[in-house]
Amino acid sequence: MVKRSKIVIFFVVLIMFAALIGLTTEKIVKGTKLGLDLQGGFEVLYDVEPVKKGQKITQETLKSTVEALNSRINVLGVSEPEIQIEGDNRIRVQLAGVTDQNKARELLSTQAELTFRDVDDKVLLDGSDLEGNGAKQTFESQNNKPIVSLKLKDADKFAKITEEVLQRQPQGENIMVIWLDYEKGDSFREEQKKELAGKQPKYISAPYVNEKLTQKDVTISGQFSVEEAQSLAKILNAGALPVKLDEVYSTSVGAKFGEKALNETVFAGFIGIAVIFLFMLIFYRVPGIIAVITLSIYIWLILAIFYLMNGVLTLPGIAALILGVGMAVDANIITYERIKEELRSGKSVLSAFKAGNRRSFTTIFDANITTILAAAVLFAYGTSSVKGFALVLIISVLASFITAVFGTRLFLGLWVQSRVMDKKPGLFGVKESDIREL
Amino acid sequence: MSFKYDFVKNRNLYFIISTLLTVIGIVFLLTAGLKLGIDFDSGSRVNIQSNETLTNESVEEEFKTLGLEPEAVVLAGKNDQANVSFKGALSKDEVVKINTHFEEKYGETPSISTVTPTVGRELAQNAFFAVLIASVGIIIYVAFRFEWSMAVASVVALLHDAFMIIAVFSIFRIEVDLPFIAAVLTIVGYSINDTIVTFDRIRENMKLEKVRTQEKLAEIVNRSIFETLGRSINTVLTVIIAAVALLIFGADSIRNFSIALLIGLTFGAYSSIFIASQLWYVMKSRQMKSKKTRPVEAEPEI
Repeated sequence: MVKRSKIVIFFVVLIMFAALIGLTTEKIVKGTKLGLDLQGGFEVLYDVEPVKKGQKITQETLKSTVEALNSRINVLGVSEPEIQIEGDNRIRVQLAGVTDQNKARELLSTQAELTFRDVDDKVLLDGSDLEGNGAKQTFESQNNKPIVSLKLKDADKFAKITEEVLQRQPQGENIMVIWLDYEKGDSFREEQKKELAGKQPKYISAPYVNEKLTQKDVTISGQFSVEEAQSLAKILNAGALPVKLDEVYSTSVGAKFGEKALNETVFAGFIGIAVIFLFMLIFYRVPGIIAVITLSIYIWLILAIFYLMNGVLTLPGIAALILGVGMAVDANIITYERIKEELRSGKSVLSAFKAGNRRSFTTIFDANITTILAAAVLFAYGTSSVKGFALVLIISVLASFITAVFGTRLFLGLWVQSRVMDKKPGLFGVKESDIREL
Repeated sequence: MSFKYDFVKNRNLYFIISTLLTVIGIVFLLTAGLKLGIDFDSGSRVNIQSNETLTNESVEEEFKTLGLEPEAVVLAGKNDQANVSFKGALSKDEVVKINTHFEEKYGETPSISTVTPTVGRELAQNAFFAVLIASVGIIIYVAFRFEWSMAVASVVALLHDAFMIIAVFSIFRIEVDLPFIAAVLTIVGYSINDTIVTFDRIRENMKLEKVRTQEKLAEIVNRSIFETLGRSINTVLTVIIAAVALLIFGADSIRNFSIALLIGLTFGAYSSIFIASQLWYVMKSRQMKSKKTRPVEAEPEI
């Protein structure tokens, strides 16, 4: 006797899942954040080093550096920067989907180390002499040119320094040079020649000091546009970094490269998954159809979990996902092989299905728990990409367990219970001749 | 099943094969070492995508105008891509210069990686210790759920597979990069999964019968392998399909990743049947022998 109701339920459940997947897929696919290897962008790993002798790098300094970097990136309106502290002295910055990589790079590499130097490039004042949040963009009173005003901590120190500069001989060397990010090897005298030749010098400005100045307020007037002056003030406020950042690793991916990698890998995924589906259909017949359904749900579930966790999908992540399909198939295969075995031993379809499910459960459970255990250790102990990989592995094992075990029980169960498959072991890919008499 | 093959009888052959491979691997690792990509070695790599056909000379010429001398240029794609490597890390200014130059010239931003060697090494080291700790965890769990000898055998198989990937990469001089570590970790997960499925069947069959002789033990191991063979072959086929698809159609940057997976998957399937199960047989039959000489001692049920 065939129970039609079970088949009806099967299709109702199937349509419900199809609707759920159909309605959410677009949102998930569009909403999933792509790593910079898939959409272009760049990543820099910095070694954090003390600016001064004796300064210690603590978690506090690292945190305040991250904050400074964050607000600095915000100045340029880069969306969703990922900045992480790694270990005791590392900071990793990831900017995916940056349109102007050079600009963003420049922004990060700009250490905002403002220094006042004499003509021989000796440091007179540096960032630590500035009052926090004291930089402001204003206008020069006489000619309305945009300038940046700063606040110093110590007026007396400034007085001493201006006096020193004032007394420099020969004439014409009473100059205070203001540098942003002075690099070793930069020389005022070289740059001054450039300026005289009408080119842009590396320093911001080089005003003459004509009197001893006892004050806290200092203004910098360079060849600024209003925007430039504003962003300089903001960077000075945001990013008077308490530390020095040394690039130890950097990678930048062109947007086209990322797009190409994404397309190629997704295409590879489609091919691989299609062949797996075909294989399952040919080899396992009706259960194969069920496998295709549960595997499709598995892929959707993984993407959905990833989306909800706000995870960033990277190239190895996609590869792990495709491989995860292969591993999810395993749970199906274990169950179906077990059912086939039970059928061959002469059991009826219904009892073979029940026994197959029950017996394969512990196998799948132990195998998956062991894998999760390994992944959990990798997650707890590993750093950066090892950690990320372990997370994908844990999610995919859990999802494959749920979809394969419960999906098979639900979907295949309905067909078995409908009794249309009774006495038709061929539907499971079992030959009549292989069946032993009980 | 009509076809019978005695896996247990030929176990020494597999042990010899794997030992031989391991020794060859160690020799290669000690002499030639691994061909480290820039992720593990100091250096820079620039990938250029062009809208015209490139030649090695034209690419080198382009870099010369920027005052840079590439160490090696490898063309890829339809000769419209070039992978250029440099000794030492490029400076920030040089990176900006390269980006700007090729953006103007070909309309596409190149991909640039620069690395100082410490970072990659740290990651590899971290992964290595993580695998060791995970192995201890697996031993404890399997010893608890199954038995001690299975735990040891499965971890030996796991380390065997992970090492084989490294050995093959050393022998064939394939470049080792960061995704390679991910591939090795995947294989660790896959290998343990595969082995446990076979052991699960042995455990089940052991419960059904009283096993007193070595012949009986060998029969059970053989039968368990045969009973799970369909599953083993089909599973490895499907994962290999996925890995091959990635290898053929996937992005260039995960090519070595896919190769590593393929090697690992093959060895993973091999080791569950030919190494882990056989190793367990050897350990178990020794246990049985020692039990025979001291019949008073009861075997602890795990």
